[in-house]
Parts: sequence; C-alpha cells; structure tokens
Amino acid sequence: MNTGATYSKLAIQVRPGTKTEGKKAMEVPSKVVAENVDFYYGQTRALRGISLAVKEKHITALIGPSGCGKSTFLRSLNRMNDLVPGTRVEGKIYIDGQDIYAKSVDPILLRRKVGMIFQKSNPFPKSVYENVAYGVKINGYAKKKAELDEIVEKSLRDAAIWDEVRDRLDSSALGLSGGQQQRLCIARSLAVKPDTLLMDEPASALDPISTAKIEELILELKKRYTIIIVTHNMQQAARVSDYTAFFFMGELIEMDATSKMFTNPSRKETEDYITGRFG
Amino acid sequence: MSTSPVITPGGGISSSPVESQMKHRLDVPGKIFYFLTGSACLIIVAMVAFIIGNIFINGKDHLSWRFITAAPEEGMTAGGIFPAIYGTVLLVVLMTIAVVPVGVMVAIYLHEYSSHTSLLYKATRLAVSNLAGVPSIVFGLFGLGFFVKGFGSNIDRLFYGGQLVFGQPALIWAALTLAVLTLPVVILTTEDTLRAIPNELREASMALGATKFQTIMHTVLPQAVTGILTGGILAVSRGAGEVAPILFTGAAYFLPELPHKLTSQFMELGYHIFVLSTQSPDVEATKPILYSTVFVLLALTFLLNLVAIIIRSQMRARLRRRA
Repeated sequence: MNTGATYSKLAIQVRPGTKTEGKKAMEVPSKVVAENVDFYYGQTRALRGISLAVKEKHITALIGPSGCGKSTFLRSLNRMNDLVPGTRVEGKIYIDGQDIYAKSVDPILLRRKVGMIFQKSNPFPKSVYENVAYGVKINGYAKKKAELDEIVEKSLRDAAIWDEVRDRLDSSALGLSGGQQQRLCIARSLAVKPDTLLMDEPASALDPISTAKIEELILELKKRYTIIIVTHNMQQAARVSDYTAFFFMGELIEMDATSKMFTNPSRKETEDYITGRFG
Repeated sequence: MSTSPVITPGGGISSSPVESQMKHRLDVPGKIFYFLTGSACLIIVAMVAFIIGNIFINGKDHLSWRFITAAPEEGMTAGGIFPAIYGTVLLVVLMTIAVVPVGVMVAIYLHEYSSHTSLLYKATRLAVSNLAGVPSIVFGLFGLGFFVKGFGSNIDRLFYGGQLVFGQPALIWAALTLAVLTLPVVILTTEDTLRAIPNELREASMALGATKFQTIMHTVLPQAVTGILTGGILAVSRGAGEVAPILFTGAAYFLPELPHKLTSQFMELGYHIFVLSTQSPDVEATKPILYSTVFVLLALTFLLNLVAIIIRSQMRARLRRRA
C-alpha cells in the first residue's frame, strides 16, 4: 500500500495514482450528474446550487464539517429525503441520464438501483440469511429457494463476510460484531443488484481493524459499482477515494481528483479544512 | 481562595474557614415535602393492601373448585359462578377480536402514514383522547342506542322480517360496546410500540426498494407484535371489569343456560357482583359468595395485567439489547 504513495504537503497520505488521473478522466462516463441542486428543510436551505458529476465505477468522497449538507446531498441521490416531511429539492439530478426527480420515476425502483449504507449499521432483527434475503424477496428477484440461496451466498461473498457467517446463517444478525453487521448491511444492499452505492459514514462507528476491512471492501466493490461515500475521516477519504468533493455551509466549494485535493487544493477553504484549521 | 482545605492522612478535611461555610443546614421545607411525598406513597400501598386483604380474608372460605365450576342456585344464595366466568371470557374474547384490528390500524395510520399537521391526524387525536374520557355509563347508553336499536333493529327489519333477533341486548352488542370503550388503550399502546421501533429499520427497508406497505408488513409489524399483544391484554383487563357498558347491551341477571350464539344474553362477573350486592333476597347468605366473586374478578384482572407487564418488560429488554 505504501509503495509509490505520494506524500502531500498537507501530510496526508494519498493512494498511488489510479488510471483515472490526468487526461483519461475525461473519457470516463459520468454516472451521477447534479445540476444546480438546492435543498430545503421547510424554510431552511440546506444545499445551495450544487453541481457536480460522479464518474462511473469510481469512488467519490464527500467531505466537510458537520451540517455542511454532504449527507443531505447523498440522501437526495436515492430520494431517501422524500421520506422526511417538509423537504423539497430544486434543480436536476441525473443518474444514467435519467432525471430522478421526474414525475415518471418511481423512487422505489430508483432505490433498487441506488443502494444505501447507513452510518449506524442497521440489520433487521432477523437471521443473517433473512437480512440478505429481505430485499430479494420483496423485489421478487428469486423464484425458487435454490435461487435465493445462491443470491444470498453470492452477496455475502461479495461483501467479504461469507466465511465469517456461513455457519451461522440462521442465527440473529444482532449477534454479529459492529463491523460484521456493517458488512452484512452491504451484502444486503448488493443482493438487490444496485449499480450505485451511497455510503453515509459507513465506518464512523467502527474500530480501526473493522474500518480497514470496510475500506478494503469498498476498494474491491469499486470494480463493479459506482460509490459515493460521506466521511468525516480525512485519511479515509484520501485512502479510498478517486475524487473528493468538499462541502461547506451547503455549498460545493471544490471537487477534484483526490490526489489533487489533498496535495494542492485550489481553494483556501479546502486547504484549511483538510489541514484541520477548522471543522 | 486563599485557604484551600487540606486533606489530612486520615481522610478528613482539616479545620479551615471553608468548613464553616459547608456546615450542615437544616432544610425544613425540604424535610416536610419529603415526608409528605413518602406518606402519599404509603396511603396508596395501604389502600391496595386493605382492599385485597379484606376481600381475600372474607372470600377465601367460600372459594372452591365447585364454586368456580357450578351455576348459581337458590336465588344466588348458594352454588357457584361458572356462567358468569364463562360469559366474561366469551365477552372479552369477542371484544378483543373487534378492538385489536381496528386499534392497530388506527395506530399505524397515526404513526406511520399521517403527517402530524394533517386535519385527519388532529381530528383522530382529539377523538381518541375524548373517547378515553367518556364515562362508561355513557358507553352503555351509546351501545343501546347505536348497536342494539340502530344496527340490531335495522338488521332485523332487513333480514328477519321484523322478527326480534339482533334488535335486543346481546353478547355481540355488549362486546362491540366494550370494544369502543377499550379502543384508546389499544391505540395508545400500539403507538408507543411503533415509536419504540428505530427509524433506521424503516429506512433500511425503504433503501432496499421496499414500498411503505412492504416495510410496515415485513419490518414494522413483526417488531410490534409483542406490543400489540400487551395492548390487547390491557384492553381485556380494562374491559373485563366494566359493568356500565354492558348493563343495557347484553348482560343478564340470571340465565339457566350458557350463551351459545352471538345474539344470546349472558352473565358476567362484574354485573353478577352488582346483582349479588343489590338484588339478593338473603343478604347474609349472599355475602361470602359476593366476596369470593369479587376475589375471582380481581384475580383474573391482576393476572392479565401481570402477563401484560411481563411481556412488556421482555420487549423493553430486547429493545435495549438492540440499542
């Protein structure tokens, strides 16, 4: 991991450059595009004119101090904010070119495509198996038990937790450790076959070893999924993400390749935040 | 402060000006208040002990297997109370069947669907709290007017050619009247249960592409079962002791046979106590029977409450383990 790593002047270690850096980045298609997005909780404006593009099969980190709007933005990408009364979105958000707030879009179908991992691991108080099977059953993806078994196993393998739970599929998910629960939640999301994963501080409640496992998993998942991750942990953003967007007071201050953001940010606010001068 | 207290090797604080500032002060109003609050508690305990003790001491001699399984004899001065127990059980079972589904649905609407600013939400809230405050005798009259005369007579006119079948006091009307009375209990308990289910679980379900309905059916309700059960039991223990609502809607003074259809009249423990204490031809002969009947009713209600408390505490423990 360390070999060839760039050491920034901001003393944060950045992952060695990926293929996407430089000119090639322009060729990667955008999965998610936000155009001038405003968000309101009642009268309060939580997001101001956010415009950004998220590259397909890359990891984009959203950073910023608490209350800066990064979680709000994340939750508007699968319309989870629809569930909060009195909220309103203005502007456009496109996923695969489809305006997700268009009248013809069913938020239920959108959420199958855009999975979400929450800050606090929230497995259902059911068995490990039932947790993963939940979304599959609800969406009617498996016709036979054998098919369901297969999807459950594959999802657990993809979430790098199969070996730890294969012998206890029928015991309660609440008996798993915090890190295992979070990976189970990831498996549960993968079972619904999304192509984009939204992660809201997925490792903030975990110990360093569990965090490392989650990060490793995120890097692995990048091969097949577009991932947007909200994090308070600068090192984590530097370690896992390809692109970083810095939010402050409901505005997008700067977004660039992570290596650029952590070594040579264009905006003073970004540098101040990353170096820990505020936030 | 110039002189700070010095801690001596003995653990005490050495004499210094600070000590006099911290000298024990006699807090007279505080002591009186403490005494009053404690006495208030003692009064409650004494009252309950007196009621239960009195009833147990006077009622225990007449309690027997025969008393619980036999019918009243000789104008209620001998025999048992089986028909009243049977009627009570039948009544509350029917009541539960009616009240739980409706109460649970109201609670689901209030907690899962409605916005707290909507008109229907506010109206339902107001209705539920008013319902809880209506005196039970009013429910009795309401039951007579609404169910017996309103529903029953119209059913008779439409389906039985005016023959008297449903248009008279009956088990089903008494059960429905009690159901209306206990509706607030079920609604409020269920709402509490729904509130205790973490919102993260609903979000997890929705984030997996579940609809609101699927979320309620597969995530919310399975979690709420014990709470709903508790609500049902509390409703039963409330309903089992009520006399006024069934006075005009179905309870009978004495019946030679057990109720066997929805339109039968029935004997009931609470009403039987009322009858024993006011209508007996021989007061002295009835007295031990009366005590024992009250004892049975109390035991039944306490038992139900106890079961509800146990279920609830287990549910809370489970929720704590989750958190």
